[in-house]
Amino acid sequence: MDRIFERLADIVGSDYVSNAAEERFIYSRDGGVQMPHEPDYVVLPNTTEEVQKIILLANEEKIPVVPMGGGLVLSGLSIPLKGGIVLDMKRMNRIIEVNEKSHYAVVEAGTALGMLSAYLNKHHPSLKNSLPDAPPVATVAGNIMIHGSGHLSQSEGGFHSEMVTGLEVVLPTGKIVKLGSCSTVPYWFSRAPLPDLAGLFLGWNGTTGIITKVGIKLFPRPLLNDGLMFMTEDVDTVPDIMFRIVNTEMCEDLTFFITPKPAMFEGFQMTIISITANSEKEMRLKKEIIRDALRDYYESKEAGFVPVPKEMKAFLLEAPQKNLSAFADVRKGGGFEYVGAIIPVEKIPDAYRAGLDIAAKNGITYSLGGRMIGRGHSFMFYFAYPFNRADKEDMDRVRQALDDTNHAALKMGGIPWKAEVSGQQLILKQMEPSTYEFMQDIRKLLDPNGIMNPGNWEVNP
Amino acid sequence: MNALNFDPGICAKCETYDCLMKCQYMDFDLESAREERWKLIRGEDTRILNDCVTCYACEEYCPYNNHPFYLIVERQEEKGIHPVPKPIEKSQIKAMAPKGVIAPMKVKEPVINMCYFPMMLGTIRGKLFEGASAIVGSDIFCNLMYLHFARNSVIKERLPKMIENIQKNYLEPSGVKELICYHDECYGTYTSWAPAFGIEVPFKPIHLFEYLYNRLSELKSEIKPLNLKVAYQRPCSNRLSPEIDHFVDDIFGLIGVERVNRKYDHENALCCGGVFEAQQRFDLMEKNQTLNVDDMKENGATHCVFNCPFCFWTLSDLVSQKGMTPIMMSDLCHQALGE
Ligand SMILES: Cc1cc2nc3c(=O)[nH]c(=O)nc-3n(C[C@H](O)[C@H](O)[C@H](O)COP(=O)(O)OP(=O)(O)OC[C@H]3O[C@@H](n4cnc5c(N)ncnc54)[C@H](O)[C@@H]3O)c2cc1C
Ligand code: SF4
Ligand code: SF4
Repeated sequence: MDRIFERLADIVGSDYVSNAAEERFIYSRDGGVQMPHEPDYVVLPNTTEEVQKIILLANEEKIPVVPMGGGLVLSGLSIPLKGGIVLDMKRMNRIIEVNEKSHYAVVEAGTALGMLSAYLNKHHPSLKNSLPDAPPVATVAGNIMIHGSGHLSQSEGGFHSEMVTGLEVVLPTGKIVKLGSCSTVPYWFSRAPLPDLAGLFLGWNGTTGIITKVGIKLFPRPLLNDGLMFMTEDVDTVPDIMFRIVNTEMCEDLTFFITPKPAMFEGFQMTIISITANSEKEMRLKKEIIRDALRDYYESKEAGFVPVPKEMKAFLLEAPQKNLSAFADVRKGGGFEYVGAIIPVEKIPDAYRAGLDIAAKNGITYSLGGRMIGRGHSFMFYFAYPFNRADKEDMDRVRQALDDTNHAALKMGGIPWKAEVSGQQLILKQMEPSTYEFMQDIRKLLDPNGIMNPGNWEVNP
Repeated sequence: MNALNFDPGICAKCETYDCLMKCQYMDFDLESAREERWKLIRGEDTRILNDCVTCYACEEYCPYNNHPFYLIVERQEEKGIHPVPKPIEKSQIKAMAPKGVIAPMKVKEPVINMCYFPMMLGTIRGKLFEGASAIVGSDIFCNLMYLHFARNSVIKERLPKMIENIQKNYLEPSGVKELICYHDECYGTYTSWAPAFGIEVPFKPIHLFEYLYNRLSELKSEIKPLNLKVAYQRPCSNRLSPEIDHFVDDIFGLIGVERVNRKYDHENALCCGGVFEAQQRFDLMEKNQTLNVDDMKENGATHCVFNCPFCFWTLSDLVSQKGMTPIMMSDLCHQALGE
C-alpha cells in the first residue's frame, strides 16, 4: 500500500482520500481548454488542523499541493500541473458567524457562495453577499484567490478580494496564521488598522498558502429590485455612459453585454443598470436620476432605454446570472472558456472590437460583456467562448482565441484575469523585472520547498 | 405605391379640426389647429411632428375618417423623425421580422388570429373557444406597432406578405372566410390601415369582442354572473375601430359585470404609457399610468380588464399594487363560464 496514501488516510479518514484512477481523471481537468494533468492523490480535509497536517506531510515528502474550491475557474488554476495532492476544500463549508451589526460573515474556505447567500436569505434577510455569475457552488476562498467580482462590486467596493475582512491561512510551512482584526481581538471586522498581510495571499491562485477561514463583508439587502436597459449602437459612447451612471451613485450593479443572438441584440450594446430601493418612491427617484444623467443621449435618439418585459427583466436582474451558465453549454459537449481582462474603463470599446475580431478570426461563438468594478475604478471585461470538448478543432480554435485575447488585453493596457499558465507568462514578460523578483522572493520565503500550486506564476515553470 | 387615402379637400371644408382640438397631448385653439394641420398637409415643419405621441386617437376624432394620424406618421417618416431611439427601433424591426417558417395548415372555424403573441395561446381553450384553430407568429404579424415608430414603410413592406400568408396557408385551403382578431391591432390593420393605404384584405376580419359576445350569447344558460365592478383599459389600436366599443357593454351585460364610469374611457381613454417608455417620454409614462390606475380605483373598480397584452404587461403591476385584479377580457369571459 502507498505510504503517502496511508498517512493521508490517517489524517482525513480513508473515505476522504483517493488515488483511484477515476478520481484522478476527474481532478485532472476543468471546464476550460487547458491540458489535463492528473494528481497523485485527492484529499478532502475537514478542519484547519487536518490541512496543517497535510501541508506538513507534503513538505516532508516534497510533493505539490494544489488547493481547490468549486474548480470552476476554467483556466486550469486548480489542475495539478506537477501532480501531487489536490486539496479539495468543499467539506470545509461551515458558516461560523454572521455579525449583523458589523456586516460581516466568517466562513470556512470551502463554503459555496450560493450556500452563504441562501443562509443569509433564511437567517439574516436584511443582509446579502456579493455574488459572481459563476454557478453557486463556487467557493468564497476560490473566488477571492482570483480577485473575483460580482453583483455588488460596483456599489460596494470593488473586487471580492477587497471585501475580505480577515483570513485564517495555513502557510506552506504548516504554520496557522490569522490576518486582520481577528489576529488580535475576537472580531473579524476589518484588515485595518494593522499592517495588511492579506495581500500575500489574495489573488495568488493558491501559490502562497491555504486559506481555511475567510471574513467577508455583507451588505444591506433593500426590499425592491428593478432595472433599466440602455441600448447603444456606438460602442465608443459606452465609457461615457457608464461614467455618468456610476457618478449618480444610484445603481447597485452595472453590467454590459453584447451577443449575436437573439437577433434583436445583434449589433447593439446593452448596458444593464440594476437598482435597489426600499420603497417605490425611492425606486422612482433613482430611475429618474439615472435617466436624467443620460438625457442628451436619448434625446438625440442615437441611444435609449429599452422597455424590458417583466420576464426578461427578472432574468437580467437575477444574481447569479444563470444565462451565462446556460450559454456555456450552447455548443454542447461540456466545454466553456470564460476569459476576462481587467481593463481601464475607457478601453471598453477596444475590448469590444478585439472580442469581435477574435471571434470572427477564429470562427467561434461568443458572448462578450463585463461589469463595472468599484465606482468606475476599472472594468471586468469577459470574453466567453463555449466549445464542444469532443471536437478537437473546436478546442484548438478556442485555445487560439484565448491566446489572442490575452495578447489583445495586454496591448490595450488591461491585464488578463485569472490567467492560465500561458497567460501568466505573457503578463510576467511585461511585468517590471523587480516586481517579478519580489514575487519570487516572497514565494521562496513562504514556501521554501516550492510545494504550493507549482507551475503557476513562474517564468520557467 | 400604397399612397395614403387622405383628402386635403375634406380638411379644407372641416369646421372643427377635431383631430387636433381633441388631442390629449397638444394644446391648440382653432386657428393654430388649422395652421398646423395645413403645414402638415403641405409637408412643412410643424410641432405636430415632434410632439405627437402616436396615441392613434385622432383617427377616431376625425368625423370624416380622413386618416389624420396616418398622415402624421407618413410625414414623420419623410422628415426622418424617430419617435423611438434609432437602436431600439432597428432592434425591434429585426426582432419582429418574418421568420419565413410558415407552412400550410388545415384550420377549422373559428380561426383566431393571435398576432405575434404566442404566450397568449393558453387563453384559446374551453367552451368559449370550442373547436377553434389559433394561428400565431412572425409570419402573420400585422406589424401595425411600427406606427409608434413612425415607420409606415415597414408595415407597407411586410403587411401584404402577411395577408397572403394567412390567406394562402390557412384560410383559403380550409375554405374559411372569417378571421377573428384577438388583438385590436390586427383588427385595426385590416379594417382601417389596409384600406387607407389601398391594400386589399381577402378575408373578413371579426373583432374578438364581437366573437365573445356571440359565443357568450350562445352559452347564456351556462353563465354565472360575476357581479364585479370592472374598469376597462381601452387600447390605442381600438381608436381605429371605435364602432366596436359597444361590445364591451354588451359582453359585460351578459356576464353580470358593471363597467365603472371612469373618466378615462370611451373617447377620453388614456394610453397605458407603455409606448411612451419606448419613446423616452418617461414623465408622461408615469403621469398616464398614475392617472389611469387612480381613475380606476376612485371609480370603485375591483378589476381592470384589458384586451391588449402590451397594456396588460405595462399596467398589471400598478393595478395589483392598488388592490385591483388585472385580467384579460378573454379570461374574464372564461371566468363567467366557470372555466
Ligand atoms: C458561467 C460562469 C460564470 C462566471 N462568472 C464569474 C463572475 O461573474 N465573477 C467571478 O469572479 N468569476 C466568475 N466565474 C469564474 C469562477 O467560476 C469563479 O470566480 C469562482 O468563484 C471560482 O471559485 P472556485 O471555488 O470554483 O475556485 P477554484 O476554481 O476551485 O479555484 C480558483 C483558484 O483559487 C485557488 N484556491 C481555491 N481554494 C483555495 C483555498 N482555500 N486556499 C487557497 N487557494 C485556493 C485554486 O488553487 C485556484 O488557483 C464564472 C465561471 C463560470 C463557469
Ligand atoms: S383630419 Fe379630419 S378632423 Fe382633422 S382637419 Fe381634416 S377633416 Fe378635420
Ligand atoms: S396621434 Fe394622438 S398625440 Fe398624435 S396628434 Fe393624434 S391625437 Fe394627438
